[in-house]
Amino acid sequence: MAALDRRHVFVVTLLALFALLPIAAQLADQPFYIGQFRRILIFAIAAISLDLILGYGGMVSLGHAAFFGIGAYVVGILNHHAAEETLFLGLLPGSRNVLITWPLAMLVAAASAGLIGLVSLRTSGIYFIMITLAFAQMVYFFFVSLSAYGGDDGLRFPGDTVIAGLIDTQDDIAFYYAVFAVLAGVLYLCQRMIESRFGLVIQGCRENERRMQAIGFPTFRYRLACFTIAGGIAGLAGALFAAHESYISPSIMHWTRSGDLIVMVVMGGMGSLIGPVVGATVFLLMEKLLPDYTEHWPVVFGPVLLLIVLFAKRGIFGWLRPREHRRAAP
Amino acid sequence: MTVLLFLEQMLNGLQLGVTLFLLAAGLTLVFGIMNMVNLAHGSLYMMGAYLCATFAQWSGNFFLAVLLALPVVALIGLAVEIVALRTLYARDHLDQVLATFGLILFFNELVKIVWGPVAIFMDIPPLLAGRVEFIPGAPYPVYRLAVLAVGLAVAAFLWWLITRTRLGMLIRAGAANREMVGALGVDIRLLFTLVFGLGAALAGLAGMIAGPLYVVEIGMGDAILIKTFVVIVIGGIGSIRGAFVAALIVGMVDTFGRVLPSAAGLPAALAEMMTYILMAAILFWKPRGLFPVMG
Repeated sequence: MAALDRRHVFVVTLLALFALLPIAAQLADQPFYIGQFRRILIFAIAAISLDLILGYGGMVSLGHAAFFGIGAYVVGILNHHAAEETLFLGLLPGSRNVLITWPLAMLVAAASAGLIGLVSLRTSGIYFIMITLAFAQMVYFFFVSLSAYGGDDGLRFPGDTVIAGLIDTQDDIAFYYAVFAVLAGVLYLCQRMIESRFGLVIQGCRENERRMQAIGFPTFRYRLACFTIAGGIAGLAGALFAAHESYISPSIMHWTRSGDLIVMVVMGGMGSLIGPVVGATVFLLMEKLLPDYTEHWPVVFGPVLLLIVLFAKRGIFGWLRPREHRRAAP
Repeated sequence: MTVLLFLEQMLNGLQLGVTLFLLAAGLTLVFGIMNMVNLAHGSLYMMGAYLCATFAQWSGNFFLAVLLALPVVALIGLAVEIVALRTLYARDHLDQVLATFGLILFFNELVKIVWGPVAIFMDIPPLLAGRVEFIPGAPYPVYRLAVLAVGLAVAAFLWWLITRTRLGMLIRAGAANREMVGALGVDIRLLFTLVFGLGAALAGLAGMIAGPLYVVEIGMGDAILIKTFVVIVIGGIGSIRGAFVAALIVGMVDTFGRVLPSAAGLPAALAEMMTYILMAAILFWKPRGLFPVMG
């Protein structure tokens, strides 16, 4: 059990560091880092949601950024209409109230994931990877074609979203803690979910779907539910991202973004909830810091990725796993 | 839309279709025989285009450049296979996706270092410049006809290779049941290295002949790669025949999807969506593609 504690210590320390970061940044007079790390936390939420289907469900989706993007666009479009005082499709008024826009972003992303999952989950293996990629491209080009909302160039909207009359997203620190609270909530709920009966069925499907069916579980429905939930959480992350940037564009759901999310999950440690958080932090810090040394860092990072896959599949968080567990793990 | 315009677009669609087929033929075998996801196939297309552009600048002759660039791309393909992909066959799909995603990053940045970030425009070789009145009243670019001819020639060659030779027989057997072929004493590794080299050369060739038609730029392989995926998934992974039929379908849908919406006043990006809607529809009814390979 002592080894298990080591991981608990790691999780608590990491979250405490994130909690203290704005204070440290203020003291060091580097408020720039607050925004940087808020971005990291947002992508961490998206990576966690991908890990639900990738690490726990064993479904290799190469189109997860689509749901992130859909969530972002819901917030962006509603904000845009609120600012312009026009109606969405001539029917619905826009809104700046995040108590409306964020849940709606989640809902629309989850519904899209449900529909896409309904078709995609009929396939498996390479076909599943390809069809999720194709759907993500479809969504991507859909938003590229939406010229009313900027098309290819994207849409900048006034960013003064107010959270329930309490927290202003223009206030760097308050917004940071709002995102941090969302991350903590997502971590807690996902932990509860994967320990629940539902979560165990999902993990059972990863190990052997046919056997789960033989026991009598309607595995398709379970996997579809998991895919939908993951899409919803990714949509929430996208909503936060739109508020963070005050800008949306189709590039956030380009297929390479889906690839980046997979890299974050695997680099941090797949099949654990804190792994994706670590992965998102390391990946985004690298993306930010490495260009200072060489503009051509991908030429190094590409082969490093290959080496990670070949030799360090467990990810950073996986190294903390005790030895006896490692051997027991499949 | 007049009949002439329709015929012209049909030729364009065919020409895009055979270009896609050049890419899809190698990739579908890689996917089919080794059950391996390779995202880096588009990088070979890009390398082909860049190498050919460079050789054409040096020698001043497009055809010589193609002849020089082909073996180089095949060698790059073999090197990638031996260094990186060989260890990945036994891994799961996620590992393959990640590792080959890493290769894309590598190749895109390598091109940026070697050739710089600015796109290269290649001239159409003088011999194939100009138009020919192939359909009376609608002069059509000679170069596009040449591309079409090359594509059909490669298709015929592959048909011969796959159905009429011993190597082709082994490839077909490998796609259907890899373990069994291995158990019968065939060196499946060597077979696959050969197939990969061939696929790399074809992808490179596609990039070379696409160079003068489009722009030679970084990331040019990524966009066409995803269309290639659509082709091989619609056709059925591992099936050359399926890849050919699907390539022509996708080429047509893509070309007419571009012309028809703009004629009707709809945004052009809808055309891009058409291909993916088609794929989703086909997979909904036939989850293993149009020409599923037994296995």
